[in-house]
Amino acid sequence: MTIRHLLMASAAVATLAGTASAENVLKWGANRDIGSLDPYSYGDSFTINVLNHVYEGLVRYDADLKIEPALAESWEILEDQVTWRFKLREGVTFHDGAPFTAADVVASLERVSHETSPLKGNLPAYVSSAVVDDLTVDITLNGTYPLLLNDLTNIHIFDKEWMEANDSLLPTDIGSGTEGFATYNANGTGPFIVESRQPDAKTVFVVNPDWWDEPKHNLDRIDLTPVTSAATRVAALLSGEINFTNDAPVQDLPRLAAAPNVKVLEGVDLRTVMIGFPFRDTLVSGEPNPFKEKAVREALYKAIDLELIHEKVMRGKSRVAGATVAPPIPGYVEALDTLPGYDPEASKALLAEAGVPEGLEFEFNCLSDGLVNEEQFCQAIASMWSRIGLAPKLDVAPRAVQTPKRTQGKTDIYTLGWATLPMLDAYSPLLQIFHSKEGNSGVFNWGGWSYPELDGLIQQAGMELDVDKRLALETQALGIVKDEMIMIPLHQQPMAWAVTDEVAEMPLFPDNKPRLWFAQVAE
Amino acid sequence: MLAFLIKRGANAVFVMLAVALLAFTIFRFFGDPVEMMVNEQATQEDRAELRERLGLNDGFVTQYTRFVTNAVQGDFGISYRNQQDVMVLIGERFPATFELVLVATVISLVVGIPLGVITAVHRNSRLANALQLGSIVGVSLPSFVVGIMLILAFSVSLGWLPAFGRGETVDIGWWSTGLLTPSGRAALVLPAISLSTFQITLVMRLVRAEMLEVLRTDYVKFARARGVPVGRVTWVHALRNCLMPVITLTGMQIGNLIAFALVTETVFQWPGMGLLFIQAVTFVDIPVMAAYLMLVSFIFVALNTVVDVTYAWVDPRLRDDAAKAGGANG
Repeated sequence: MTIRHLLMASAAVATLAGTASAENVLKWGANRDIGSLDPYSYGDSFTINVLNHVYEGLVRYDADLKIEPALAESWEILEDQVTWRFKLREGVTFHDGAPFTAADVVASLERVSHETSPLKGNLPAYVSSAVVDDLTVDITLNGTYPLLLNDLTNIHIFDKEWMEANDSLLPTDIGSGTEGFATYNANGTGPFIVESRQPDAKTVFVVNPDWWDEPKHNLDRIDLTPVTSAATRVAALLSGEINFTNDAPVQDLPRLAAAPNVKVLEGVDLRTVMIGFPFRDTLVSGEPNPFKEKAVREALYKAIDLELIHEKVMRGKSRVAGATVAPPIPGYVEALDTLPGYDPEASKALLAEAGVPEGLEFEFNCLSDGLVNEEQFCQAIASMWSRIGLAPKLDVAPRAVQTPKRTQGKTDIYTLGWATLPMLDAYSPLLQIFHSKEGNSGVFNWGGWSYPELDGLIQQAGMELDVDKRLALETQALGIVKDEMIMIPLHQQPMAWAVTDEVAEMPLFPDNKPRLWFAQVAE
Repeated sequence: MLAFLIKRGANAVFVMLAVALLAFTIFRFFGDPVEMMVNEQATQEDRAELRERLGLNDGFVTQYTRFVTNAVQGDFGISYRNQQDVMVLIGERFPATFELVLVATVISLVVGIPLGVITAVHRNSRLANALQLGSIVGVSLPSFVVGIMLILAFSVSLGWLPAFGRGETVDIGWWSTGLLTPSGRAALVLPAISLSTFQITLVMRLVRAEMLEVLRTDYVKFARARGVPVGRVTWVHALRNCLMPVITLTGMQIGNLIAFALVTETVFQWPGMGLLFIQAVTFVDIPVMAAYLMLVSFIFVALNTVVDVTYAWVDPRLRDDAAKAGGANG
């Protein structure tokens, strides 16, 4: 499609929007507000997701979550294998009318990877970038790295002149105690423009008539209102004050489905819920750690009745998982998605054989504000482990309290949900959870395991530019994770959105992120 | 009198310092704000570095002293979550909470006083007994239940009033008001009723008790004997003498209402200070939590001090007693 065609299309849409009498408004009731209008301000995927309607990256996910060109039209890896050259889209303008150029890309990458940016981990391989000409930019990495495009889907591009004019070239540094202009103001290239914002009350987005792409949505406006109380959110949906929510509470789904004007959209999230083991020499209690033995991990795995948790705790809405990544994630293969079979007698035998003392006490760390029904499934699992003669001490508290215990090794067994975001590739859990803890790798390796063979495979995958070869390496690595039972997968958790009959089309994405440029309201 | 004022002032400052100390002791158990701030891919070194930059590694005494020093100069820092100046954030939310509390107070007086008079005048009648019973319900029902029931009735079933939010607001200088627009007024009704239920029953019971005493006094009997109409005796002569304690109580309760508004604001997504505080707790946003606690305790301390000083001014005996007691203790 040529640029001229695009411009004509968007001009035509602009005329249509101008003549339409009634406004098409999507009234979005979210369970929380965005933190700021600056996507680089806080390591928060919901804020980035919402601001993706205003700011765009060089590439983006399409309706099937495949990567497609956005602000970049094409790219190639140069001969040195570590420099990527991006050809940028011509004729794109920011909301204030400024043209989009290579200098904007460089300034944005510098900003997001700056020392004080809370998002710099999102571009792990980035070294530097340079302007080649107005519409060409080179990005240099610290080695051959196959997943740059995945990383770039979440790196929003700012206008350099706008940042310069408003003293925002550097990310807002909370440590320095100053406010940033970008916290209150936004100027992107995306399909929607921020019209107004009152924190915790309402943020209004209006359609961008000059968007470079042909809109698939028919929205004129999005009103984002946070409604934190679940009961109020349900009431607001039933009364039509909001016509979309991306968090319909699980316990209210029957009520919502029974309402004549509401449609519930249910699906299975990409997030795989897992249980992790400690690999240190001693438990928190000071006793020797039996979980270093594979047989003991297997005993605990076989003692969990996964089907029962699926049916009772998750109300039949989860997907029982045998693999540590969900089926849509590249690197997943069905052969790894097998279940161990519920067998408490075998568990007891395994424990006895390994010499685990009867009534062994250990900490079991869960979050009260984490995964779907986490408290309940943790209780269920704790009682299943009690039945094979163990004495788990269930410790449930908010994330902010539990995370320090987990990272500092002050707990034994813990839960973890991993959606592979923002990368959407099996490389994400392999690098960040299953790799040994060193440098940028194994940040979530809270148990402290180390498998040199596994590390080798992961490092190889991280440098392999051929997609098929890379995925084969990742699958092989996931196989070791499964054989060794480093972490045991439970299920992919359910997700539910709801719309009223004012909304005609709302595609549900398995990464649980609304992409309203695909939404249609009833005319 | 001057010595009394100085003493009360010193007391107030001491209470504020103690609140700050308590707050800082509690924050240590809230968890680690850094874990909420960085994204999943940040390394352990990144986290440690940020913790250092925010001064979270400093000792308890250092952090407390720094907070008090800055707070005295009116600087409460930057919110971790919103990256906005904390005083600006709270200043933006204060009008919402204040209007809610104000309207709830007016409702509690307008409804509570007549109900109190009626139950006193017609005591033991069926109506009065029913009202008394109802007031027990009003005292016992938690305000979030009242809120949800109001939403179910008036938003979902009847569709008359909005379930959440503040409607359109108008800015007058730095003050944003919802009282000047129809949607703003509509949005105010349910939260204000929900917040005032407890207050209504309190006012009603107080007025009833006072009225019962006043109605027994001689001047009421003489007025009746002279043939002044019953209504005039009750609503003008008797009621006027009951209002002093009601006004005192209402003034003192404003602090309570501001604190209680937290629950109502959460249920109705009312963008006030309470909602800000609840969200700050979820995200371990220490600067906001600290500033909110200081502000609310300041309101309490200020109200109490003003009431004490007024009483002392009105009644010299209190002043002397207070001075003597203070002297004996000190």
